[in-house]
Amino acid sequence: MSRPDVAASLRADARWRPWEIALFVVLALSWFFLPGQSLLLAEIAIVALFALSLDLILGYAGIVSLGHAAFFGFGAYGAALFAKHVMPDPLIGMAFAVAISAALGAATSVLILRGTDLTRLMVTLGVASILYELANKLEDLTGGADGLQGVVMAPLLGRFEFDIAGRTAYAYALVVLVVCTLIARRIVHSPFGISLQALRDNRLRATSIGLNVPARLVAVYTIAAAIAGAAGALLAQTTGFASLDVFDFHRSAEVLLILVIGGTGYLYGGIFGAIVFKLLHDLISAWTPQYWNFWLGLFLVVLVLVGRERLIRPHTWWRRGSGGALPAAAEGPGVPR
Amino acid sequence: MLTLLFDGIAYGMLLFVLAVGLAVTLGLMNFINLAHGAFAMAGGYVTVLLMNRLGVPFLVCLPIAFFATAAVGALLERTLYRPMYAKPHLDQVLFSIGLVFMAVTTVDYVVGSMQQNIRLPGWLQGRFAIEWVGIGKYRLFIIVVCGLLTVALQWVLSRTRFGSRLRASVDDPRVAGGLGLDVNRIFLLTFAVGSGLAGLGGALGAEVLGLDPTFPLKFMIYFLIVVSVGGTTTITGPLLAALLLGIADVAGKYYVPKLGAFIVYSLMIVILMLRPQGLFARASGK
Repeated sequence: MSRPDVAASLRADARWRPWEIALFVVLALSWFFLPGQSLLLAEIAIVALFALSLDLILGYAGIVSLGHAAFFGFGAYGAALFAKHVMPDPLIGMAFAVAISAALGAATSVLILRGTDLTRLMVTLGVASILYELANKLEDLTGGADGLQGVVMAPLLGRFEFDIAGRTAYAYALVVLVVCTLIARRIVHSPFGISLQALRDNRLRATSIGLNVPARLVAVYTIAAAIAGAAGALLAQTTGFASLDVFDFHRSAEVLLILVIGGTGYLYGGIFGAIVFKLLHDLISAWTPQYWNFWLGLFLVVLVLVGRERLIRPHTWWRRGSGGALPAAAEGPGVPR
Repeated sequence: MLTLLFDGIAYGMLLFVLAVGLAVTLGLMNFINLAHGAFAMAGGYVTVLLMNRLGVPFLVCLPIAFFATAAVGALLERTLYRPMYAKPHLDQVLFSIGLVFMAVTTVDYVVGSMQQNIRLPGWLQGRFAIEWVGIGKYRLFIIVVCGLLTVALQWVLSRTRFGSRLRASVDDPRVAGGLGLDVNRIFLLTFAVGSGLAGLGGALGAEVLGLDPTFPLKFMIYFLIVVSVGGTTTITGPLLAALLLGIADVAGKYYVPKLGAFIVYSLMIVILMLRPQGLFARASGK
C-alpha cells in the first residue's frame, strides 16, 4: 500500500462508530434515569475504568499481568492519604493519585521488559504482593488490616457534596471514566497505539522494522498505571475508605475476568464486562452470598474451555469452532448455572 | 541460629515436594498451572479427614493422600487440562484461577472454613537437641521423607527409561513425538505423579504450613517462585530454589518480622530481573 492508502485506512479505523456514540449517550442518560442505582453504577464505572487500564496493556500490548491491582491500590491509598493529611479536595487528590501511580508504573515497567510470560506474571504478582505487605505493615500510615478510616472529602468543585445515595459519586466516576476512555481512544488510534498492536502480534518483527519496543512498553505501562490509579482514587474518594482489599490478588484476578468477559483489544470491553460482571455478582450473591466464588470459578473454566473469543461474538455460538473447541461448546457459553 | 537453618531446610524441602509437579508441568507443556496448590490442599484434607474422622494412622494416610491426589490429577488432566496446552497463557491463567476459586469454595462448603489441625503421633512430637541445635522431630521426619523422595525422583529421571523419555519430551515434545514416544501418555503419568507429590506435600505440610480453604491462594506465589527462580529444565534448580526460599523465609520472619514476606518477594523480583530464565537454568534456545 502506498502512503496515502495507509493513512486512509488508519483514519477509517479511527472513525467514530454510531454504537460508540450511542454508548456514551446511554452512559450519560443512566445518571438521569437510574437515580436509585447510583451506588451500584458508580461501582461499575470504577471497575470499568480499572478494566480499561488493563486493556491497554493486555489487549493492546499483550502483557499478561496478575498484579494490576498494585496501581489501583496505590492510587486508592494515595488519594485517601492525600485527602486525610494534605488537602481534602477531590480533583487535586485525583491528580496526585494519578501522578504517583504513573510514577510507580514507570518505575516497575522495567521489570516487565524481560523474560517470558511466566516471569512477567511473577513479577507483576510480586509487586502487588509487596505493596500489600507494605500497606499491611505500615500501620501508622495506612491503618494496617483495619483499613484507612476517617477520610473526609471536600465537596466536588467546591460545590457538590458526596451524598449518601451516591449521585455525586456516580457523576464524578462517570466523567472520569468517559474522559479516560476518550484519552485511551485517542492513544490507541495514534501511530503509537498502532505500533503497540504491531509489537503485540510479533515482537521480533516490530523490532526489526525499527520500533523501539522497550520504550513503547514503558510508555503504555505507565499510562495504564496512571489510569488504574485514577480508578483506585475514585474508589477511595467516593467511599471515603481504603483497605488492604485494594491490593488483593482477588482484585487483579477479577479485573482480568471482567476484561475477558467484555473482550480484549477494543477499549470498550471493560465497560461491557463490568456491567455484566456486577449484575451477575449482584444476582448470584443475592442467591448464595458465601459461595459466589464457586460460580465465578466455574464461569472462568467454562469460558476458557468454550473459547473466550466466542462469548463476544454471538453469531459463532452455534457453529463448530475453528479447532480447539470442545463438545462443551454445545451448551452455549456465558450463563453459569 | 542453626535451629533456624534446620527449620528453613525442612520448610524448603517441603516446598520442593509441593512444587516439583508444577515445574514439570511448566517445563513439559509450557502450561502455567496456578491451580497446583489445590492438589496440595486436596492431599492435606484427605489426611486430616481420614485421621480425625476415621482414625486412620498418620503413616497410612500419607500414601493414601498421594494416590488419591494422583488419581484426581490424572482425571483432570485427561478431561480438562489437555485442551488447554495449546491455548495462550492468558487462557491458562484464567482457567487455573477458575479451578482455584472452585476448589476453595468447594472445600469451604464441604468441610468449613476453619483451620484444620493434625494430631501427630507421639513419636513425631517434641524436639531434641544435638549440641545446641534444637531439632523438631517432625521437621526431621519431613527432611528425611522429602530427601528420600528427591533422591528417588532424581534416580527415576536420570537412570530409568521413563526418565529419559520424559527428559526428551521436555526438551522438545515435537521431536520426541516424532520419534515414536507417546508424549500425551508420558505427560498424563507425570501430571498424576506431580499432583500426587503435591498431595503428599500438602499432607506432610498440614501441620507446618497450616491448612484452611485458602491454602491454594496463600501458597500459589511460593510455588511459582520456586519454579520460576529454579527454572524448569532441571530438578536440582527447583530444589535449590526451594531451599533458598525456605531458609530466607524462615530467617526473614524470625529476624525482621516487621518486613514479613517482603524480603522473599523482593528477592524474587531481583533474581528474575537478573536471570529471567531462572537462577539455575541452563542456557536454552527455547
